[in-house]
Amino acid sequence: MLANRLIACFDVINGMVTKASQFQNNIDIEDAVTAAKRVYEMQIDELIFYDVTASAEKRPIDLNLVEAVGKEVFVPYTVGGGIRNLTDMYNVLKSGAEKISVDSMAVRNPEIIAQGAKEFGSQCIVLSMQVKRVGRSEKIPSGYEIAIDGARVFTGMDALEWARRGAGLGAGEVVVNSIDNDGTHHGYDLEITSLIADHLRIPVVASGGAGAMEHLYDVFTKTQASAGIISSMLYSPRLERNFTVREIKEYLHGRGVAIRPFIYR
Amino acid sequence: MIGIINYKAGNSHSVMNACKKIGVGCKYVARPEDFDGVTAVILPGVGSAKATLGSLRELGVLPRLEELVLKEKIPFLGICVGLQILFEHSEEDDVDCLGWIGGTVVEFDNRRVRVPQIGWNRLTWKKSDPVLAGLGESEFFYFVNSYYAKPADEADILAAADYDGEFCAMIRHGNIYASQCHIEKSGMVGLTFLKNFCEGGAASCSRID
Repeated sequence: MLANRLIACFDVINGMVTKASQFQNNIDIEDAVTAAKRVYEMQIDELIFYDVTASAEKRPIDLNLVEAVGKEVFVPYTVGGGIRNLTDMYNVLKSGAEKISVDSMAVRNPEIIAQGAKEFGSQCIVLSMQVKRVGRSEKIPSGYEIAIDGARVFTGMDALEWARRGAGLGAGEVVVNSIDNDGTHHGYDLEITSLIADHLRIPVVASGGAGAMEHLYDVFTKTQASAGIISSMLYSPRLERNFTVREIKEYLHGRGVAIRPFIYR
Repeated sequence: MIGIINYKAGNSHSVMNACKKIGVGCKYVARPEDFDGVTAVILPGVGSAKATLGSLRELGVLPRLEELVLKEKIPFLGICVGLQILFEHSEEDDVDCLGWIGGTVVEFDNRRVRVPQIGWNRLTWKKSDPVLAGLGESEFFYFVNSYYAKPADEADILAAADYDGEFCAMIRHGNIYASQCHIEKSGMVGLTFLKNFCEGGAASCSRID
């Protein structure tokens, strides 16, 4: 059977992994290639890199970094930030990434999802969405609104509606990033994760808020999410203690969650 | 020397990285003459069967490849869509494929499971094989696929996994190996499989066949 996935997420600025809280106050951790190699050796299931300033600085993603990671990491990795068009997507894939994450740019130009899916296959296109709890209204029936540009700009778009539209356009996977829970270490937003996972027939990835192993247990048992993003748990100095992939996997396995086992050899 | 077919839609780069990591001699192959000196071939795969076949035809490598694999029987490993195009037909874009192996490629039912299948699935081995040396009784490999093969002869199935029922995850048909899962992205178990193919497995299958 298919295992639930643990995905390490790195926000990268100038080649350095940084950690933000609610999309602000970034602190540097270590260089991205070293970080990638370290979590690969810890037996993470998958990695995601966001070149967080590429988009704002209107520059393409750092392909040397994408390439350097590919030489060290033999599990899938996704790259996002600064993707503007099909050429950027092609370059990222050719540099060694498996998937491309689109976020703000897809909100501005939804057709890029369809174009990318047609050119490279749906499995390459990850729709990442930043969602904010705003309360249910006529315009926002799910109670969650889509924000873009590092959660600074609100779009008036309903989160579930956008997720459905993205899936319809050909996204192969959706990442639901909770702006409210990001960096809080209080757990994923189970409500919106569950709502979106229940309404989509593609894999849904929970993101934002994981700070304890119970949070992964909760997201895999209380929602239909296929994967959970962890970052603080692995490396944030803001957390009282960090976790190894091994202990998270063994904890989940012990509680009956389907997970790729840690291999001793 | 392992030849890695380098075509537009493929992820040959990742396969090259994996081959370098395990220390086997390899080079890209993109023209018929590039096959000179190649003792085994890997066909990486990402994307659709139709696009992949189109790319291979555009490069003009298929006649030479078929001569090497079907006549000279050099070891071959197809990955992901590189497995799917070996069959007779694919439901994806309703396209006729190479027909090296009997059977068809069909789609998962998205009313029953999420499609594409993305993630690590547990393989169980259907026969013993030198490429499985050093691997456990079952191992997790990484999959990204909406379609899967249904071989006409079940004896061709090397490994199976479960996604809405059992499906074919790997093929061994004489000198032809093929994997629906991305062995180049399956961590240390994938690298072990690849090393076995490139060294022992590939050598032994050219002896047997």
